[in-house]
Amino acid sequence: MAMNDLYNASLMDHVSHPDYKYEMDDATSTHEGVNPSCGDDLVLQVRMGEDGRIAEAAYTGHGCAVSQASADMMSDLMVGKTPEEAIGLCRLFGEMIRGSEKDPARLEELDEASCLSSVSHMPARVKCAELAWRTLEEMLEHGDGVTTTEGEG
Amino acid sequence: MSGLSFPSAPVAGGPADIRTNPFRPDFPLLASDEGLAFLDSAATAQRPACVLEAQRRFYETMNANPLRGLYRLSVEATQAIDDARAHVARFIGAGDPDEVVFTRNTSESLNLVARSLAPTLLGPGDEVAITIMEHHSNLIPWQQVCAATGAKLVYLRPNEDFVITPEEVADKVGPRTKLVSVAHVSNVLGVENPVRAIADAAHAVGALVVVDAAQSVPHVRVDVSELGCDLMAFSAHKLMGPMGVGVLWGRRDVLESMPPFLTGGEMIDSVTETGAVWAPIPQKFEAGTQDAAGIYAFDAGLSYIEGKGRDVLEERERALASYLCARLVDVPHVDVVGPTDPAAHVGAVSFNLGDIHPHDVASLLDMDDVAIRAGHHCAQPLLAWMGIESCCRASVAFYNDAADVDRLADGLGRVWEVFHGNE
Repeated sequence: MAMNDLYNASLMDHVSHPDYKYEMDDATSTHEGVNPSCGDDLVLQVRMGEDGRIAEAAYTGHGCAVSQASADMMSDLMVGKTPEEAIGLCRLFGEMIRGSEKDPARLEELDEASCLSSVSHMPARVKCAELAWRTLEEMLEHGDGVTTTEGEG
Repeated sequence: MSGLSFPSAPVAGGPADIRTNPFRPDFPLLASDEGLAFLDSAATAQRPACVLEAQRRFYETMNANPLRGLYRLSVEATQAIDDARAHVARFIGAGDPDEVVFTRNTSESLNLVARSLAPTLLGPGDEVAITIMEHHSNLIPWQQVCAATGAKLVYLRPNEDFVITPEEVADKVGPRTKLVSVAHVSNVLGVENPVRAIADAAHAVGALVVVDAAQSVPHVRVDVSELGCDLMAFSAHKLMGPMGVGVLWGRRDVLESMPPFLTGGEMIDSVTETGAVWAPIPQKFEAGTQDAAGIYAFDAGLSYIEGKGRDVLEERERALASYLCARLVDVPHVDVVGPTDPAAHVGAVSFNLGDIHPHDVASLLDMDDVAIRAGHHCAQPLLAWMGIESCCRASVAFYNDAADVDRLADGLGRVWEVFHGNE
């Protein structure tokens, strides 16, 4: 079932050995993402290159395996992308995670992050998966700040 | 069965023996989903077939708007609500059915109390005391009315054994205290608070006492006169009844002194162009059409509990909660959030599994068809005070058995392996 797909070796590898979980010295933008329903707290940093493309993306903070792995996959994907391309990918991820985009050809653009598509069957985990992506989209559209996803009870 | 005492160890094979389960077949959802280990009854209980049938029977044979009709069906619907009200009163040891107000749920009952009492009871310099372990439903209403009236919200905090001590009560409840509102049983820690002692201290300084009994009434015998409270709130949906029915019990003189919370139909004696005369209690607090079918079905749920024997069910649930805590304490890497003494738990045990996020734990357990809750359990100030972001919670009811708890304990071992291999 979907869960076996989700907690696969690829996801667990991003959790155990993240490539982009560190604090950046020379970030050009910093944006915090908070998910009050589970206390997930993510600080996303981006360094824009002189060519107008994302030169580096990294994150710190804490959260569940789904949100941490998602942040790591996203940081990898975004290197070399223009802000417009990055925002487009964030929106595509949102569409995948909410189940409205299922076309495998389009989801290929998300590279490894497309393995999180099974989260669309788990409404309670959608906010975990999209925390990093929503944070990046907010950062690129509105600059530094804090983004909070709506919480439970 | 009430009134009999039971030996310390349940009779083998008897209804309180958690190795057997004579109750599961009574619950259609559990009977039709044999693989499910449902360990989230603190959020909402499952319902026996007789409750579901009662709800349907109301609409099929008795459906009419209660209170106002003069024809047979409406009289029957009115009688159904009156009978249920009297049954609820007996169930909680209240002598007067008029002291039982039907609401939608515990949250509405507590909002009713806070909103109704605050304008005349509270002002600058006054204090409202609650515990740090309140569910948000017994916390935010008091935050709101304190902010509106200038009163101060004071928190009673438990000691390292999760006990609210007499010293803490003496320290926080004093001449400025106008009202004390406490959870009887914590929905996170699973501990029973010393409500009687808190109530006595509050009454000694002239304060009113409100009890959130949402987590206690389903598991232990609650008698309002023994608790010593003035008002008490709980929900039907954790007590075999349907969702959408709640109870506020209040002492007659207290309820009569309180203005209505919601106004409109069915809560008045007479209305003119310029004013209205309120109906007597309980109708004064029951504006609009009640969930009569739900209330009728709730009545059937209480009858189910009594038919099985309240003492038997309570003994079985104590055994289950105790076993749940003992098994969890023994699982490697499990940290119980709350007392590790199995006897200290009523219904629920919260925990974390090493550094694994509770959402991951719950999702992976779901793969094994083990249903638990994970998150902040609507008690964020408690978790913040304890220095944790979130936790897992497993909770039992009498329709659970030892095998359900074993499934959880074994499942946690597999969750650990997903994250850490066999280290």
